[in-house]
Amino acid sequence: MLTGIYAILFYVATILLVVGLAYRIRLYWNTPAPLKIPTTPAPITEAGVAFRLAREVVLFESLFKANKWIWVFGWLFHFGLLVVLIRHLRYFINPVPDLLAMMQPYGVYAAFAMVAGLIGLWARRFLVPRVRYISSPSDHLMLALLVGIGLSGLAMKFIAHTDIVAVKAFFIGLMTFNWQPLPADPVLLIHLTLVAVLMMIFPYSKLLHGVGLFFSPTRNQADNPRERRHLAPWAAKLETGGRSK
Amino acid sequence: MAEVSDYIMEEGEYPDPLERPELTPGAMEGLKSLRAKPEHQKALGFPGELVDNWEEVAVNKMGELLGKYRSLQVYLDSCVKCGACTDKCHYYLGTGDPKNMPVARQDLLRSVYRRYFTFSGKYFPKLVGARDMNKEVLDEWYSYFHQCSQCRRCSVFCPYGIDTAEVSMAAREIMDSVGVGQKYCNEIIGKVYKLGNNLGLPKKAIESTLEGLEEELEEETGLKIRMPVDEPGAEILLITPSADLFAEPHIQGLMGYAKVFHEAGVSWTLSSYASEAANFGMFIGSYENMREVSLRIRKAAEDLGVKRIVFGECGHAWRVGYSFLNTLAGPFDFLDPRYPVPQHICEFTYAMMQEGRLRFDKSKNDEYRLTYHDSCNVARGARMGDIPGGQFEIPRAILRASCNHFFDMAEDTIKESTFCCGGGGGILTDDLMDIRVKGASPRMKALQQVHEEHGVTHMAAICAICKAQFAKVMPKFGFDMEAILSVHQMVANAIVMTGSIQEKELEEKAKGAVAEESAAEGQAA
Ligand code: HEM
Ligand code: HEM
Ligand code: SF4
Ligand code: SF4
Repeated sequence: MLTGIYAILFYVATILLVVGLAYRIRLYWNTPAPLKIPTTPAPITEAGVAFRLAREVVLFESLFKANKWIWVFGWLFHFGLLVVLIRHLRYFINPVPDLLAMMQPYGVYAAFAMVAGLIGLWARRFLVPRVRYISSPSDHLMLALLVGIGLSGLAMKFIAHTDIVAVKAFFIGLMTFNWQPLPADPVLLIHLTLVAVLMMIFPYSKLLHGVGLFFSPTRNQADNPRERRHLAPWAAKLETGGRSK
Repeated sequence: MAEVSDYIMEEGEYPDPLERPELTPGAMEGLKSLRAKPEHQKALGFPGELVDNWEEVAVNKMGELLGKYRSLQVYLDSCVKCGACTDKCHYYLGTGDPKNMPVARQDLLRSVYRRYFTFSGKYFPKLVGARDMNKEVLDEWYSYFHQCSQCRRCSVFCPYGIDTAEVSMAAREIMDSVGVGQKYCNEIIGKVYKLGNNLGLPKKAIESTLEGLEEELEEETGLKIRMPVDEPGAEILLITPSADLFAEPHIQGLMGYAKVFHEAGVSWTLSSYASEAANFGMFIGSYENMREVSLRIRKAAEDLGVKRIVFGECGHAWRVGYSFLNTLAGPFDFLDPRYPVPQHICEFTYAMMQEGRLRFDKSKNDEYRLTYHDSCNVARGARMGDIPGGQFEIPRAILRASCNHFFDMAEDTIKESTFCCGGGGGILTDDLMDIRVKGASPRMKALQQVHEEHGVTHMAAICAICKAQFAKVMPKFGFDMEAILSVHQMVANAIVMTGSIQEKELEEKAKGAVAEESAAEGQAA
């Protein structure tokens, strides 16, 4: 029964995640950027643009220029998240590659970094009047969700251990359509429920920002408008005397 | 409106341009720019008055723009409300009104986007702060989207480069499409269609101004420096803001361009048909209108048979010229391929300097202790020269070559972090004077700092709007209205033209100095 519910929950969550992401990426891909609007000074070459985007993704360069507190908390959170997620791959891959096994011990630090970063960001939503002003309920709920995932995960690690081998069997079973029982530990069930919610809202909320960055014309365009025209299909219609609509 | 004396800065005062004000909700809610009249609207192809089913029309227009501009779609989706941009807008810094924080300004439109175009906004509007399109929202849009100068300072600091200017432009286009336009911008674009320039100067007026200036130049230099208009076969078409023909200190800049062209030995001309560099089509977010205005430049270039196009000192114009002109009105394959199209007058002058073809007598500018204001749209929306950041280095190189005392303002208020003058993007109108003054305060504070540190007395700029705005608001902060200068005004002052009176004077002086020296030596012996 429990196994069935969670199995269906994760199938649904995965479908929503994949379909939603695919839809958004397709939408962004197909929507033209009719004018060159990189925030200058901008790289002149495509390689330069790739480097600029890489700096934004890895270092949060613009955020660093803007606000050191947000940067510290944001970077702790995201980097922690990344390591935690990589570490979680062990539930889905069999056998576990050596490199993944090697980094397991560091995962715990990453989990703490992630939660600490989230709490710092959340505190700003209460303490800084400007940020309080722009926060809506969903902004708080998303942080609550992620903190909930982090804390329930840490609780399993340190307080209420769960049968990791069985969890792994369950997820491998999901992927091979050969269902295995899921341990009925309350903390695990909380962790997994929250994760499923995260997967379901991801493509339909601001959590999509990671994808948005790659499609942001102010960041992903090369600065070469005098050398090359940049005509969008709807704008090209104007040239033949048609209307754009 | 606050009393003028509220802003005066005293000698010895050392204010922080980045100081964050206390949040004052609603502080600027009541400030509304004058509405466009039906005839202004219709001239641009917009409905004259608020249309009947305007809510529906507005939402449909938003849908149309979301499909045409990826920037809009991505930016409305991606903001995480991190708050990094909240203290970056000069209008927020100057007013404390939270709706002048870039993210809050975007949210005015994002809330409507969410309501009609997202799942969460359709079914859980409260949760994500989604709102119906209604009269209150429209009023708020009208106030606050005309308190954004589209300067893009916010986009520098946003981790995803979210550019509030793109959102403002979309909001203005939606408002225009339901019949609620702004008088200042729309009336001006109408004038361009009628007479070729923002000021509505007819050809006769342009000619007589230029004749007057030619006489002045001849009296000053002893040279016949020409300032032609509509001269077929000239090598260069100069596209410059019409304010250059009319206002101070713009006009001194224009005389500077004429001197540089003369010294370079190239023929040039203005066009009465395209007697305007500024393109207010960008301010109202209208691709069609921006294109219409740009096509005038192309037509002028073709009709006059020129080989190159050079833009005068104008900030937003240079953004449209540099970043959009080729797309909107290109390809310019009928022009000389050895030069970029268009070229900035600063690029032209700088190239001459590099070739060693310009001589300057810097002492002519010794009365100025100078700083430089990077105009926002040049700094963050365009480039000069071959390398990124050339738009910062080239004007400074020109100023350093033409004057002895140059000092930059604080690093976090210049170059890519520069503040808008407070009057850009369709704000330069008397009915918005309140926000203009408040929005200028961060720049004025930065200027006060270098005044205290280095005794700076003057500030140069390369934008017609910056010049007009500063000439008007500087006195409110205790500076002289003549403290704002054109970059090419400094060039005009210092340039020593071949065969000119100034050249002879300089030679006399040099001879005199040699004679004095030998006399002194003779005495010593
Ligand atoms: C390419 C991937 C990503 C990049 C470059 C990125 C970057 C950023 C940046 C720069 C911020 C703003 C600063 C901050 O608040 O930390 C941010 C905020 C945020 N990110 Fe990401 N992110 C990425 C992926 C993700 C993912 C996968 C998640 C969640 C599962 C996520 C969740 C969040 C949340 C919740 C916030 C808002 C924090 C707050 O409320 O203050 N991000 N992200
Ligand atoms: C289907 C996906 C997931 C499964 C099956 C899962 C399962 C688990 C399990 C079994 C643990 C306990 C580890 C131990 O006792 O050593 C754990 C810990 C944790 N989980 Fe998850 N989790 C999932 C997704 C996520 C996601 C998406 C996040 C973050 C957003 C996350 C964050 C954490 C954290 C921070 C910990 C504690 C530190 C650690 O052991 O890495 N989990 N998770
Ligand atoms: S573009 Fe400039 S004026 Fe508009 S919100 Fe951003 S910083 Fe403010
Ligand atoms: S900096 Fe960008 S992501 Fe952060 S609140 Fe401002 S617009 Fe949103």
